[in-house]
Amino acid sequence: MLLTITELSKSFPGTRALDGVDFDLAAGEVHALLGENGAGKSTLIKCLTGAYQRDAGEILLDGQPIHPRSTSEAQELGIGTVYQEVNLLPNLSVAQNLTFGREPMRFGMTRGRAMRAEARETLKDYGLDIDVGRDLGSYSVAVQQIVAIARAVQLSGKVLILDEPTASLDAEEVRMIFDVVRALRDRGLGIIFVSHFLDQVFELTDRLTVLRNGRRIATERTAGINRMQLIEHMLGHELEEVEKKARRSAPGVPSDRPEMLRFAGLGRRGEVEPFDLTVRVGEVIGLAGLLGSGRTESAELMFGAKTAQTGGASDADGTVAIDNPRNAIAAGFGFAPEDRKTEGIVADLSVRENIVLALQASRGWARPIPRAEQNRLADMFIARLDIRTSDAEKAVGDLSGGNQQKVVLARWLAMNPRFLILDEPTRGIDVGAHAEILRLIQEITAEGMSIVVISSELEELIAVSDRVIVVRDRRHVAELTGSDIESETIVLWIAAPDAQDGRAA
Amino acid sequence: MNVRTYPLLATVAIFLVAYAACYAQFPAMLSTRVIGNLLTDNAYLGITAVGMTIVILSGGIDLSVGSVIAFSGVFIAVVLRDTGLHPLPVFAMLLIITTAFGAAMGGLIHGLAMPPFIVTLAGMFLARGAGYMLTIDSVPIDHPFYELIDDAYWLMPGRGRFTLIGGLMLVSVLAGMIIAHRTRFGASVFALGGGEQTARLMGVKTGRTTVLIYAFSGFMAGLSGIVFSIYTGSGYPLATVGTELTAIAAVVIGGTLLTGGAGYVFGTLVGVMTMGLIQTYIVFDGSLSSWWTKIVIGALLLFFIVLQKGILRLSVAGGAMAGAGR
Amino acid sequence: MMSRTLRRIAPQLVTLAVLAALISVVFPGFLEISVSDGRLVGPVIDILKRGATVALLAIGMTLVIATRGIDLSVGATIAITGAVAAWSISNGLGLAGALSLAIAVGLVAGLWNGVLVAIIGIQPIVATLILMTAGRGVAQLITEGRILTFSHDGLAFLGSGDVLGIPVPALLWPVTGIAVALLMRRTALGLLIEAIGINRRASALAGINARLLLIAVYMTSGLCAALAGIITAADIRGADANNAGLWLELDAILAVVIGGNSLMGGRFSVAASLFGAMIIQTIDTGILLAGFPSEYNLVIKAALVVAILVLQSPRLASTWIYWGMRLRNRRAADAARIREAGE
Repeated sequence: MLLTITELSKSFPGTRALDGVDFDLAAGEVHALLGENGAGKSTLIKCLTGAYQRDAGEILLDGQPIHPRSTSEAQELGIGTVYQEVNLLPNLSVAQNLTFGREPMRFGMTRGRAMRAEARETLKDYGLDIDVGRDLGSYSVAVQQIVAIARAVQLSGKVLILDEPTASLDAEEVRMIFDVVRALRDRGLGIIFVSHFLDQVFELTDRLTVLRNGRRIATERTAGINRMQLIEHMLGHELEEVEKKARRSAPGVPSDRPEMLRFAGLGRRGEVEPFDLTVRVGEVIGLAGLLGSGRTESAELMFGAKTAQTGGASDADGTVAIDNPRNAIAAGFGFAPEDRKTEGIVADLSVRENIVLALQASRGWARPIPRAEQNRLADMFIARLDIRTSDAEKAVGDLSGGNQQKVVLARWLAMNPRFLILDEPTRGIDVGAHAEILRLIQEITAEGMSIVVISSELEELIAVSDRVIVVRDRRHVAELTGSDIESETIVLWIAAPDAQDGRAA
Repeated sequence: MNVRTYPLLATVAIFLVAYAACYAQFPAMLSTRVIGNLLTDNAYLGITAVGMTIVILSGGIDLSVGSVIAFSGVFIAVVLRDTGLHPLPVFAMLLIITTAFGAAMGGLIHGLAMPPFIVTLAGMFLARGAGYMLTIDSVPIDHPFYELIDDAYWLMPGRGRFTLIGGLMLVSVLAGMIIAHRTRFGASVFALGGGEQTARLMGVKTGRTTVLIYAFSGFMAGLSGIVFSIYTGSGYPLATVGTELTAIAAVVIGGTLLTGGAGYVFGTLVGVMTMGLIQTYIVFDGSLSSWWTKIVIGALLLFFIVLQKGILRLSVAGGAMAGAGR
Repeated sequence: MMSRTLRRIAPQLVTLAVLAALISVVFPGFLEISVSDGRLVGPVIDILKRGATVALLAIGMTLVIATRGIDLSVGATIAITGAVAAWSISNGLGLAGALSLAIAVGLVAGLWNGVLVAIIGIQPIVATLILMTAGRGVAQLITEGRILTFSHDGLAFLGSGDVLGIPVPALLWPVTGIAVALLMRRTALGLLIEAIGINRRASALAGINARLLLIAVYMTSGLCAALAGIITAADIRGADANNAGLWLELDAILAVVIGGNSLMGGRFSVAASLFGAMIIQTIDTGILLAGFPSEYNLVIKAALVVAILVLQSPRLASTWIYWGMRLRNRRAADAARIREAGE
């Protein structure tokens, strides 16, 4: 084996990101690393590239134990990485990027012509014939990716890690990258391929390893596994029994409930294709789909975080403006985004201030919420959601992830919205808080609030949803109700290549 | 064609058009005399603007240069007055001081992870204060060597004077061009301006580079101070107040992105010349007031800042920058 | 509530007290205030009066910096609004007309900056640089390059008059400061401004109109600069477009920083910035009184900035946290070892 990882563990305050993970990579192999957000993929990669120091475990490269402490050290050892966000400099020329740090020199000056010749020569191996004197930023992302791969291979040359390299490419560009990757495999490199596009995984890779919640779930030959099995590994549904019990005691007949909101033809190019969605009073709608399927984008359009290019929303009183968050909030919407740190909490503000923030914004600056009322709201939600904080004046940034999530939830519950969108509400929080948030969802819908939940965890969706919408390839492909809400059907729909559409419908 | 060359082309085009317009009105403006004076009068500005270009290319800013130029003049004048030293060793001492001063600011910026704006603001106060502490008066310099330099010029055809300090500015620009565009250090400067995180991933030693960048700017400010003392024949601690802003404006009008990462040292020369041209035109016209200079420079600044913003948007929209983390 | 504010401004108060004590040692009469001609006189009154322009600027600058911005144009705005005030009073617009015109011009200057920052999306330092450069030219355009003098007692009163023995400028900045601070804390503006300064994206998703707030904040800064411009012109009974407000933007930023407000935006205290402005003025005046040559002034300022930078540095802060954590971990480990040894 070229690379062998055994019992790798890494913890962060509050979470165990990697829990005794094994992984190996042969020379001349493309090995896929799969898992949803928070599964531990990026932590594993960062331990390999020296960005993180592991807590425990061993990494052997060519049989020798290694301890990379920085990206450049990992590079010298032979491990190169290419990220989704091209980690090259768009403001330098292609040739400069390729030869950066080891430019051909004469009399202390870089030799532009020799540099360009060298770069052209290098790129020829990758089937790329471009003007290397132009800025990298003026080329397509695919070309930038190939340049990044070429640089990584030149500098390291044993292990190449491709972290979501195809996320923003079209089909033709993906083919270009794949040709390059195959050529490198045939030259004997070991390649770790991280992607959430299952088609690409099946097309390109020899073996695959699935991570979930920081643990390795499976390592298989790609040829020996089918889509369904793979998705089950990724989303997990072994807890069939538990989920049945957790199932809402009285699922009710959703179609009987009065209709509250109707989204029609909502869409935006490159984000999600136009979709319709009807929301009934007190209903929980689950959005199922893999990362990048268009599930988050759907939520952002419904809340006006991104403006829809087509379609709109309406309720019994007529059209509802949702072109920006302020209008959506005025219409009684709430949205707890997936990325808590950058889009949810305002870290330096206190728990109290974060809780009243949306309410205050909607009342306008001139009508401040009296301090006593703020304290009452904060204390009430701290008690009701069991937010673990020393007091309401503590900065939210100092709380654990689960408690931060509860604060964001409290911010919206304080508004008493009629329609709440929760994007991955249980991501990265511990099991206890997890269950509490699910319980809370059921509690608030009992009061008549309607909720859309987006989640990578099927058990969770099945446990709380009255209806499940499946999103795939930026389209809403299925709506499941009643007894259809079970993992096998959902997985089938998530997996379904187009041919299966007819059968499942 | 690289979109990043558009601002440079715009700069050159604006200069040529402006010059043509001036010539149409005052044919005398196209003479070696005017050109020689343009170079001489703006020599100190051009030299410090080269240093500023490197700083801005790296995504930083150096507010201390005006004060450093004033300090340099005062230092030279006072040392020459109080000791019997020849100006050349004094120049050497001065350049060592200003370079070390710049390096210290660079070290603070990197070491404290503080915005260059506020660190160099402190540097601005310090250098100006140090000048005051040497003297609060204007100290004349009368040394035979200075007279020698004053007389060192080449009489161009048309009786224009190509002076030593004008030539020194052109040499500085040339040196700046080589450093920025033809050395590893220059590549690191552009890399820092393109994004510190990425630069570090590509192997740039960010701390060392930051120190060198501000040291270079300090050196150029010192050199500019020497030139300024030759130009005025004296040292005065209240001189060149606000030169840092003029230099920043020249860099931006020269087509360099004020947020760093894109630009050309040659553009800065054109920027300096454009600003000099505006002043010359106002002198020729006679009826226009000097404040129009500021207003026109402000308008040019606005034009270039919006142009850069537009180019950035354009390239983002075109997908060329997608995923570049901008 | 009160004690919290006190705790926030304690470092600035202590600094002021130390400075006052130091100056008193060299210049014993520093804290003395006497009455002459029905006016209060003394070094302290002088500081309160002379510090007025920077203090006024610091009020607006505090808000701008709280949003993670910076406003370099306030010095130029002083020159413009001073020129406008002087021009309109000499052209017979009357006191009310002159004041409202000057204030309107200050608001327009702020609007210009705010639009560049909030709508076009230009970095604040770059956006406000434009007006900083061009603004002084505009002011000179109004005064036609001369010092535009006027003789209008009403306007001059704002600069050199006094109410109840206290100079008007010394009253103007505390009144403006208290008004703005109350506006921030009695309404929700303070909270909303802090929120967009800390996390603009999350704030927008929580329904805060960040664009409008940003524009309002830059306009407040323009308004404060207009007030400063009016008293500057009133004080010398004329508008000097070349020198009015020159480099005061830097002093104002310094005042905000000395006030312990982070340049990275977020939590702010107007009161602390005002004390910061007074610290700067106390140093200026104190150096003169103590008989030091004023040349030392800038060097002391520079030292002060560096000291504050070192204290505020995020890198140092993380080092402190790191050492604190190591200490705590070691203590915990020690405790565990002792426990084990005991069993």
